[in-house]
Amino acid sequence: MRLTLPLSVGVSVILIASACGGGPPPPPPGPDPDSLAAEQARRDSIAAAQARADSIRRAQEAAQAAERQRRADSLAAVRAETNAVRDMISSMVHFDFNMSNIREGEDTEVLEQKLAILLANPNLRLEIVGHCDERGTDEYNMALGNRRAVSSRAFLTDRGIAESSISVRSRGEEQPLDAGHTEEAWARNRRAEFRITGGGDVLVRPGN
Amino acid sequence: MSFMCWRRESRLNSLFLSSTIALLLVGVSSEIRAQDSIPPIEQGVRLGITYTPGMRPGMLVLGGPQIEMLDSVRTILRRDLEFSDRFEMIYLPGGDSLVLGVRTSPNDQGNDSNTGSSLPEHFVNYSLYAALGADYAVSVLTDVDSSFTVNLYAVRGEEVRTTVRLRDMDPDSASFRMAIHRVSDALVRSATGEPGYAASRVVFVSRGRVYSVDSDGAGLQAMSPPGGTAFSPVWGPLAQRVAYTSLADDGWGSIFVFDFATGNRALVPHTDEYLNYSSAFSPDGRILAFTRSWAEGSDLFAYNLAQDCCLQRLTVGRLSDNVSPEFSPDGRRITFESTRSGASQIYVMASDGTGQELFAPFDYGVTGASHSPAWSPDGLSLAFHRNVAGRHQLFLMDVSNRDVRQLSSAGRNEDPTWAPDSRHIAFKSSRSGSEQLWVVDIETGRVRQLARVGAARMPNWSAPVMQTNQP
Repeated sequence: MRLTLPLSVGVSVILIASACGGGPPPPPPGPDPDSLAAEQARRDSIAAAQARADSIRRAQEAAQAAERQRRADSLAAVRAETNAVRDMISSMVHFDFNMSNIREGEDTEVLEQKLAILLANPNLRLEIVGHCDERGTDEYNMALGNRRAVSSRAFLTDRGIAESSISVRSRGEEQPLDAGHTEEAWARNRRAEFRITGGGDVLVRPGN
Repeated sequence: MSFMCWRRESRLNSLFLSSTIALLLVGVSSEIRAQDSIPPIEQGVRLGITYTPGMRPGMLVLGGPQIEMLDSVRTILRRDLEFSDRFEMIYLPGGDSLVLGVRTSPNDQGNDSNTGSSLPEHFVNYSLYAALGADYAVSVLTDVDSSFTVNLYAVRGEEVRTTVRLRDMDPDSASFRMAIHRVSDALVRSATGEPGYAASRVVFVSRGRVYSVDSDGAGLQAMSPPGGTAFSPVWGPLAQRVAYTSLADDGWGSIFVFDFATGNRALVPHTDEYLNYSSAFSPDGRILAFTRSWAEGSDLFAYNLAQDCCLQRLTVGRLSDNVSPEFSPDGRRITFESTRSGASQIYVMASDGTGQELFAPFDYGVTGASHSPAWSPDGLSLAFHRNVAGRHQLFLMDVSNRDVRQLSSAGRNEDPTWAPDSRHIAFKSSRSGSEQLWVVDIETGRVRQLARVGAARMPNWSAPVMQTNQP
């Protein structure tokens, strides 16, 4: 509503000018206290308006930035959550020598977590790749790695996950994580790895 | 023929025998110089089988004209005959030239043959060879140009047993060595009535690449591209094709068949999904059996290559593993390993998948897991490896009565594959510290290293390489 002030000043200036028409010739241009004052007032009012506009723009920009930040924060949160869930999925299951059964304890916990993730993310598709240590027969180890993937998958499908959600693979002893020839290296290499093959763009944490 | 005629009984012979032994190393080292790529003969290294020396016929490869091609032919023949393990090879002091009698002037003998002939006459000094302990002698003599003649002499019968003529030989051609190997096998057949195995090759994998090497360790060549993930290569019949699996990063694997005649590499239909490996050709080459690992476990399948159709499932494992098929030489049966009763053991079935039964007996809970059955070409024996106290060792089974005996004990020995003579077995062993391919003679227990290629694994021995097949 204060915006009307410069307009009314302008109108009164015009009225004054027309009232003088037909009268004596206007005085030669020179410092006219009245017009100087009017000009000053006009400038002041423009500056004030400008200041107001700036302040409004800044407020709007701040609001937009805040909105952007809020959205970015929430996207980052989603991303962080997705990444956290992906990390959980990539945790491996390990096996005893020449065995494919799931060991009670750490390995069942790892699989229970994957089960919860799959239940919370119905579109998620996984591939389980079984691996062996170097000690077995080359060809037999392909089958053993496959059996490890199958038994990991069965843990999940026995608890309600659709069979079509999980495929099994094997690399036998061809892809050791640890190139060593020690018990520790062998234990690390006897594993099932889990890979996302679909529906993994946005993942929610189980229990949310 | 009884064993008696193989025995060396004269004092002279024993004398020469001991000098022969003393000179073995000399002979070996000169051979190494001649053929750097050939591993030396591993004299005296045996697998621990009772072995009676002196029961084998003595074999003498005679020297002769010092022509480069003939010398290399003699070297190859001598090594092949040595590797056949069917002869007591006789090495002589002073090199070959001491023993071959080549008489350039037939008139020296005072007989009336070939008046005025300037051609050398080959004087076969049977009595000398007999004195040296030889039952057989081999001569390599030039004919004209690049042809030559190989004679096998039966020393005690004082007769030429076999003559092989080779024409237009080019020592630089890829087929030269294999042609000489075929001569070696002909000599073995003629002298013993048994097949040789010199004219054959072994395929194996090293660092993801398929290689082929001749039976004597020469002629190493790559058969698949570098940087690959090749797995479980096997020969087709007549050594004309090789099937192998190319593993994909995602854990699947496809089977390809490489054809020497055409140079083509073709995907076996239906193997571009799931993990397919450990192939086996039927003896007629029409069927390819293989293992498929998938959500149902690991099962044996067969694809009809000849008709390019009909994927057939041979086992229904219900989550047990059925792996590593191999056809019997008559093509009617397939042996394989299965975990159906717990630890992996050796089974057999008809080639259509019916009549599955245990093949190699075992004590449940006592006998170690058994793997990689290989049927001998004569159909009489089965080789496989079995876990003994945490290490794989080679075993043999007599197919007729299913008697099983252990063949190896030193180091870790696995993945046996039979040579065409049904007497030699190539296998992977850690006996030298790293994994290498070795050959054992199951009669004498003598072992030799096949090829000095690092990380060599999954050997498969070919049938005799046919003359028409010259890669």
